[in-house]
Amino acid sequence: MIRAWFKTGAPWVWLNAAAVSLSLIMVFGLLVLIAVRGLGHFWPAQVAAFEYVEKGSKQASTVIGEIVEQQVLKPELAKAAGYTPEQAAQGLTQYLVKTGNRDISGMDFRWLLGKDIKQTDYPENLMVMERREWGNFYGYLQSIKQDGTVVAQGTGAWVSLDARMQRTLDIFAQIKDIEKHDIGAINYQLERLRLKQRKFELEDKLDAQAKRSIAAEKAGFEKKYQALQANLAALNQKIRRDSLVAKAANGQEVEIALEKVVLYYQPNAMNVVQKIGHYFSKVWEFLSDDPREANTEGGVFPAIFGTVMMVMIMAVIVTPLGVIAAVYMREYAKQGVMTRIIRIAVNNLAGVPSIVYGIFGLGFFVYILGGNIDALFFPEALPAPTYGTPGMLWASLTLALLTLPVVIVSTEEGLSRIPKSIREGSLALGATKAETLWRTVLPMASPAMMTGLILAVARAAGEVAPLMLVGVVKLAPTLPMDGNFPFMHLDRKFMHLGFHIYDVGFQSPNVEAARPLVYATALLLVMVIIGLNLFAVSIRNRLREKYRALEN
Amino acid sequence: MSTEPTRTHAIDMSAIAQPRVANTPAGKTSIDIQNLNLFYADKQALHNINMQIPEKQVTAYIGPSGCGKSTLLRCINRMNDLVDSARIEGNISIEGADIYRPGVDVAELRRHVGMVFQKPNPFPKSIYENVAYGLRIQGVNERRILDEAVEKSLRGAAIWDEVKDRLQDNALGLSGGQQQRLVIARAIAIEPSILLLDEPSSALDPISSLKIEELINELKETYTIVIVTHNMQQAARVSDFTAFMYMGDLIEFDETNTIFTNPAKKQTEDYITGRYG
Repeated sequence: MIRAWFKTGAPWVWLNAAAVSLSLIMVFGLLVLIAVRGLGHFWPAQVAAFEYVEKGSKQASTVIGEIVEQQVLKPELAKAAGYTPEQAAQGLTQYLVKTGNRDISGMDFRWLLGKDIKQTDYPENLMVMERREWGNFYGYLQSIKQDGTVVAQGTGAWVSLDARMQRTLDIFAQIKDIEKHDIGAINYQLERLRLKQRKFELEDKLDAQAKRSIAAEKAGFEKKYQALQANLAALNQKIRRDSLVAKAANGQEVEIALEKVVLYYQPNAMNVVQKIGHYFSKVWEFLSDDPREANTEGGVFPAIFGTVMMVMIMAVIVTPLGVIAAVYMREYAKQGVMTRIIRIAVNNLAGVPSIVYGIFGLGFFVYILGGNIDALFFPEALPAPTYGTPGMLWASLTLALLTLPVVIVSTEEGLSRIPKSIREGSLALGATKAETLWRTVLPMASPAMMTGLILAVARAAGEVAPLMLVGVVKLAPTLPMDGNFPFMHLDRKFMHLGFHIYDVGFQSPNVEAARPLVYATALLLVMVIIGLNLFAVSIRNRLREKYRALEN
Repeated sequence: MSTEPTRTHAIDMSAIAQPRVANTPAGKTSIDIQNLNLFYADKQALHNINMQIPEKQVTAYIGPSGCGKSTLLRCINRMNDLVDSARIEGNISIEGADIYRPGVDVAELRRHVGMVFQKPNPFPKSIYENVAYGLRIQGVNERRILDEAVEKSLRGAAIWDEVKDRLQDNALGLSGGQQQRLVIARAIAIEPSILLLDEPSSALDPISSLKIEELINELKETYTIVIVTHNMQQAARVSDFTAFMYMGDLIEFDETNTIFTNPAKKQTEDYITGRYG
């Protein structure tokens, strides 16, 4: 009976199907988990005001915050915590509440016991405020101050606040713009000027005329700089004009300068449409802004930019290199023991742990190659390194090396699949081997090259370990691409989504607050990789359609 | 055979002053095969082949599978060079020029000796680009010349009417028979003097086969044609001369009529009457 069942092959089919299902469930489970956890973070949650009687005290106090998590305390744990067996048996519900106001209470989160909460309200005038430092503020708006004197109170304060907030944000944007672009550009030019002068000195060409011209240029920049500084000072003066007074949960009134406020809203008073609007503006902020507060707030744009740019540069380096190597091995090299050994070596190279590549990148690219480049081409900047330090170029090169085997292997595979008849057809028409290769074989093998590239991109975009050694940093002050000549700054360090996840999740001062961002960033990293892959896959499919090989 | 001492490295057909006149078959000899031996590693695949293939006639190679017909055919345009283990002794002259002497430009040789393979092998490009391929290799990129050559070749291969409205379509969309005629058009586009056909219709249906045979009949006005075929009826229909090969030996080579009606050798007769093969 069982034997007969085995003979039909049904168990085998079931086993196969089960393996596929399990894989699918795991992949989808993973995606759903990070999607739910990550995307939920941007939704404006209801903020509650709890009447809470703390253990051991009779007096009720107010706690304001969002419920982040709830769990039932296990009876053993409850007993250990000193609750009576009856209480413990009922099951004690615990709530993790994000209370914010780190500047007042010193912590962002609190555990509240369900049975000690006397009353829960959702007052509509409760305000959540995102600040540039100290995290969120939860409380009630009291009044608005201008230059230290109260100008609006009560409901009037809200009307006044909207306009003042807009003004402050505008000024803030101007200040940022001046600091980042104008002053950044001048600093960049001044640095170049300094290097130029140093270069003249090293080459013994610093005569009076050169000195004069440099001094003149420098004076020009200094003058511009002074003007910008004055402008900046005025703006800074203006931005400090307004402040607001708000009452925290414990009744304490705090004055908060408007320049420190990013966003305020009243989640309990918002309807669904407003909440959706808020949600998307938060998502947009996440995608397009720079990080704030040790990366735990704000956006991840520099990390997205760094990841994509690094992968692109890597692709540009690894594809030609891998294809050329594969062409030589498959088309020109004599197929013998030596080729076989090289092929095995290439395959094994794919199995080398990535951190080893990182070490190699640091030792060879950064120190030896970069060091020599500095000595040869940038002596004026020494002892400060230009290329002799981790940066975009070295990270891309290291990853190119890491993914080279994949490209070689799949290109070789593609070349070996081109039918002999096609090559012979071309040769019979008087084409040389090289002409056959260029005009027929390589185009037909291009889908295979793209497959290699897809695998390379998938691997490279998710790699973190080697990057920590060769160019990725927690916070890069500038993007590796900007408006200053020569626009691409491959010597710069950059941010990377993978490293950002690690940094926010494990290195940040406020892990609890940053956890949703970890999920959101992880989701984003997956989507960036999927996006890059889809792009490559669509190119491959078009090539495949174009160079469809002989069917039979 | 001796070779002319004044010869240049590349084979220049127009510069050849003294075409050879063969003793056997009538007319001018186009391909002269002398004492040809071919080895794959240690195994000998062709034994001392001698034959003179006449110009602008159809010569067919027949014989059972593995007898060396295709190998011999591929010697004529040096396709066997691609096989690492192949080694050749003896020589082949085309219009008097030894094609195996050192310094021969093989690509140049193949421009003069076109080849069509058993399975149609169009490139995954448009019909137009397939036909223009050989000319583009020679550096011809002028649109007008290419257009002309493409039309002329496609007409020559009797496929123009079927594809003239879709020259930019992918050649792989054509039927097998059309593909094979396209491949022939591709071969004649570079105006070779010799066409080698390696079982050109064995992968095709009877109607397509017939078309190819008609085409061969037309092409022999212009080209010297050597065809390998498994199909004896086909050999009888299309060829003027027939060579029967067996186990790497050339058993008999004569006018097709003679081979099929009055063969000199018993082996030939046995094969033709279907006693083996």
